[in-house]
Amino acid sequence: MQRLGYIFLVVFGLAGALYSCNPFAKSGEAAVSMPDSVSYNFDIRPILSDKCYACHGPDANKREAGLRLDKADEAYKALKENPGAHALVAGKPELSEVFLRISTKDSSQMMPPPNSNLKLLPHEIDLIEKWIKQGAKYEKHWSFVAPKTPAIPVVENKEWPKNEIDYFILQKQEQKGLEPNPEADKERLLKRVSLDLTGLPPTLNMMNGFMADNSPKAYEKVVDQLLKSPAYGEKMALHWLDVARYADSHGYQDDNYRSQWPWRDWVIHAYNENLPYDKFITWQIAGDLLPNSTKEQLLATGFNRNHKITEEGGVIDEEYRVEYVTDRTNTFGKALLGVTLECAHCHDHKYDPFSQKEYYQMFSFFNNVKEVGFESLVGGPETWAKKPKMEITNEDVKSILKFVNKPDTTNLIVSVMGDNTDSVRKTYILKRGVYDNHGDQVQPGVPVAILPFSNKYPKNRLGLAEWATDKRNPLTSRVFVNQVWQEFFGKGIVKTSGDFGMQGELPSHPALLDWLASDFMSHGWDTKRLVKQIVTSATYRQSAVITKDKLAADPDNILLARSPRYRIKAEFIKDLVLSSSGLLNKTIGGPSVKPYQPAGLWEAAASTGGSLGILGSYKQAHGAGLYRRGMYTFIKRTVPPPSMGIFDASNRDQCEVKRQSTNTPLQALAMMNDPMVLEAARVLAARLQQEKSTGEEKINKAFHLIICRTPGQKESALLTDLYNWRLQGITPQKAAKLLAVGEYPIPKNIDKVKLAALMQVIVNIYNLEETITKT
Amino acid sequence: MAKEFVEHILNQNRRRFLSKLSLGLGSVALGSLLVPDLFSGLGAEEAGLPPGIPHFAPKAQRVIYLFQNGAPSQLESFDYKPKLREMWGQELPASVRMGQRLTGMTSGQASFPLVGSFVDFKQYGQSGAWVSDLFPYTSKIVDDLCIVKSMYTEAINHDPALTFFQTGAQQGNRPSMGAWLSYGLGSENKNLPAFTVLLSRGKGVGQGVYSKLWTNGFLDSIHQGVQFSKGEEPVLYLNDQDGLNKAERRKMLDNLAAVNQLSYEEMGDPEINAKIQQYEMAYRMQTAIPEVTDVSKEPDDIIKMYGPDCLVPGTYAANCLLARKLSENGVRFVQLYHQGWDQHGNLPGDMRKQAMDVDQASAALITDLKQRGLLDETLVIWGGEFGRTNYSQGVLTKDNYGRDHHPRCFSIWMAGGGIKPGVYGESDDFGYNIVKNPVHVHDFQATVLNQLGLDHEKLIYKHLGRRYRLTDVSGKVVRDIIA
Repeated sequence: MQRLGYIFLVVFGLAGALYSCNPFAKSGEAAVSMPDSVSYNFDIRPILSDKCYACHGPDANKREAGLRLDKADEAYKALKENPGAHALVAGKPELSEVFLRISTKDSSQMMPPPNSNLKLLPHEIDLIEKWIKQGAKYEKHWSFVAPKTPAIPVVENKEWPKNEIDYFILQKQEQKGLEPNPEADKERLLKRVSLDLTGLPPTLNMMNGFMADNSPKAYEKVVDQLLKSPAYGEKMALHWLDVARYADSHGYQDDNYRSQWPWRDWVIHAYNENLPYDKFITWQIAGDLLPNSTKEQLLATGFNRNHKITEEGGVIDEEYRVEYVTDRTNTFGKALLGVTLECAHCHDHKYDPFSQKEYYQMFSFFNNVKEVGFESLVGGPETWAKKPKMEITNEDVKSILKFVNKPDTTNLIVSVMGDNTDSVRKTYILKRGVYDNHGDQVQPGVPVAILPFSNKYPKNRLGLAEWATDKRNPLTSRVFVNQVWQEFFGKGIVKTSGDFGMQGELPSHPALLDWLASDFMSHGWDTKRLVKQIVTSATYRQSAVITKDKLAADPDNILLARSPRYRIKAEFIKDLVLSSSGLLNKTIGGPSVKPYQPAGLWEAAASTGGSLGILGSYKQAHGAGLYRRGMYTFIKRTVPPPSMGIFDASNRDQCEVKRQSTNTPLQALAMMNDPMVLEAARVLAARLQQEKSTGEEKINKAFHLIICRTPGQKESALLTDLYNWRLQGITPQKAAKLLAVGEYPIPKNIDKVKLAALMQVIVNIYNLEETITKT
Repeated sequence: MAKEFVEHILNQNRRRFLSKLSLGLGSVALGSLLVPDLFSGLGAEEAGLPPGIPHFAPKAQRVIYLFQNGAPSQLESFDYKPKLREMWGQELPASVRMGQRLTGMTSGQASFPLVGSFVDFKQYGQSGAWVSDLFPYTSKIVDDLCIVKSMYTEAINHDPALTFFQTGAQQGNRPSMGAWLSYGLGSENKNLPAFTVLLSRGKGVGQGVYSKLWTNGFLDSIHQGVQFSKGEEPVLYLNDQDGLNKAERRKMLDNLAAVNQLSYEEMGDPEINAKIQQYEMAYRMQTAIPEVTDVSKEPDDIIKMYGPDCLVPGTYAANCLLARKLSENGVRFVQLYHQGWDQHGNLPGDMRKQAMDVDQASAALITDLKQRGLLDETLVIWGGEFGRTNYSQGVLTKDNYGRDHHPRCFSIWMAGGGIKPGVYGESDDFGYNIVKNPVHVHDFQATVLNQLGLDHEKLIYKHLGRRYRLTDVSGKVVRDIIA
């Protein structure tokens, strides 16, 4: 056995050495220091939750030995199975069964038991021991306590901070002996803030204007200008479309068209109008129930109808109706409260204090909709929205719904919310989450651990919205400011932006999160103001240069001593390519469009036999429809657009609050060969070729338009070499082939060899890492 | 067992070590891009994944899953029920139905007349397995197959049932089986994705497929199934433009890397190097994929074995041949979907056509792998998402009938990969309920993972606070069918 152990060591040691980054570096226990004062919330609860609560936590049905460790009074009681002993004895680890059982070597006594596949690290055992020694004090979970406005921290470097955010960030850096990076160069800063506020690269005019403006207010001016741009609403909306699982098809089998896009137009409009966040969500949850509700408020409720709806023949109606209500409940939990409410769908939550009963109490708010599980098979325009639905008339788009980009005069319907008024559908606990397995009946309610549901609220969705936007609600504001932060810094202050519960990550800057959350509420839930605070902070304006020292000291950049660098979202890649080439069509809203897509994808996946509806085959757009922003690309849920999925876009199957950010060879192939990129390169090349300038000047200008800075000498030289080499290698025949991509016309009387050579250089510029990186 | 395991680990590392040496130092970083979760140091820890993968010596290295999308009838393929012929037209006894829920398609039916198979069955091979006359080629290889006649599932409609089979949950955007294997085991071939998907369609009626069936769910998107399609461009965006040859692409990439390198020198971000490496990988895929998808060099006897359709891209036969080639080149999980198996009506005519599409090539794949010595290490699976009712949907006539969805009992087969040939499980005389050795979908999934050396309770990924696994919260390895 010992010998075997030795062999393992050699084997894994070898494997470890082979991979350049030490595979298990993160587990380095030695690196973790023992705090002087052990905090329950920050040190102990994460361990207990992750390793103990599954059997000794909130879920009553799975609780072992009657022991519950998530509540102090329960944990201090005499043990049910051994009344002479106690799980926890304050100050005395040697008498605390918790410590004895986690530290024993006897596998029959050991906790967690070996067959659970869970194990405590020595460091974790030490922490628990110290915590018990220090009195084993419990605290309420941080995120379930309403944020208070913390004091602005005192920092040594008084020069650096530009606003409150910076004091919180700098304080942590100073504690760790780090200094912030200097401010980014103006060119890179402008590209960054332009991408972040509009999803578009800055135009040449903007770049020149900003570079020429040496006033101290130059940056703020450009921020204000960007915040006023209608593209701001589009940029901000994209994240919300993921959250709201917005798509252009019903999902499920057959997956025919739905006309839900006016709701998407409303989201853009709401961001551009800077509708306060409390109203923004109230309208979406309960716009139909507001006194004297307007058509705009009704349209906003489309949020709760964006879930998938089946058109599969032969389904059991109630099974799907329950599924829709479940989706709404889970989305409400994840999107607005940042908790994994869905874990209480089949049983009490295993980690967080949410009972299954409370889940169905929450569920009941969404359970009274005048809807069915199966309304119709794939069919004509009358099936493009499902009851309850609203009609948007030609009059509406001239008056109250001006922002809906209705392209023609045909009927337009949207699925929205509407409750039964004559009766209320009864809600039951569904045992094991099974749709027809009714348990006790429940009344509308919420998890009291978050905030009890006050009697002053009506017991309907409107009351639920009031509860969510009550300033005493500890989650709503924190969760949203965290999502906004994530949009600008790549990750949230709470990294698990969809889980603020016991199993979620702890905030990297808890005081900052609380400051932002309370400041946000006390300033009228003003989203634009929050965004401006973030982008005008010194923290945001730092350069993204990564020194070796900083990489070693803080590889994940948790302390933000440099600006993060990351790839932009799938849709914004398309926007950047189209915008820099001059092809971008800036129309806002309207029905989604079908740009270039490899042939046969929809056809290969379509049903046979029954009716295919209008999405059986892909009917690509021509002209303007090819050049719309990425967010308008048609999303057929069962076959989402590949050029988006390859770059981690959401498939809009369910609520998603954070996209992945991966780097794969398929992305390289898409950038090299997607006709969208190739066509843009060709069009930009043609534009530049018609200007009176040298080859090198043309290349530099292309670089400037795409990368948004002037190229360095070496960069320019390398790309010019490429151009000259291509000029020699391309025959007229080859040129014709290379140029034969995309539908945008080629100017007449243009030198095609030169054009093809320049196009290829521009293709390479589009493929540079920096092009699609916020840097 | 222990010795076997250590040898396996040593071999694996030897192989890895050698391949690293042959590719030089630059490929080291690349290796970690391809097996990212287990070796980046992030995924393994955060997922709480124990370092010992595989958990034990695997029998199989790779899987080819021939999914019969739409659910072929067990009663006209592998589950012989003479009683249904005897009782033709008689009502399904309530004592047999036992409250089984019905789909909306037959719940309104006034009567549920039993119907026997329109086609005859015979016994084959040493196991004496019954196979219908619709599958003459399959019947010749029954002794290589483990026919499981006691599968059952929880879903009664296609979408949830397919999703359940592939991801372990009826709803929820969870990773599919291939993605789990890619995550757990990585790729054996640096130039090909670990998880590939091939689609074909038969002449029968059936629902479509959904890309969520090969989704990575919450796993890193490198684990998503890469769809190989018929035609000139097997993988999306693979082909360079006409007018740009290989040498020119190489030079373009060198130029690209040189400019990216300048950016790295200025910014110091390791991601820039990772990006350079991904372009190199893409470049190698541009060579490797056309090679692996090219069937022109296959000898005549192979073409003959799979049937002439195997030269028609996009057919089931062509996909079976391609599956073999991908698999033998180290693709961990090849997922085929053959559509058209949804015989609510016109079953006799449609099912015959569907069987014609798949019978010869499925059998050829087994024979082909076997003669190459690959069957032992390749697990091949054939089956749909549920079974079909023993009573007729719609009007029963002398020579025509249909069958509705039936979750409670159906048949699949597995071959190779350390699975013991034979017949497993039994249904009652009505082919409606299981009477012996039931196999739940999660049991099936646990068994597949087991053959790959993975403990289904340990192959987990922590996402939003919960440790997820393919088998959700249940599943037992079916030890009886393991060789």
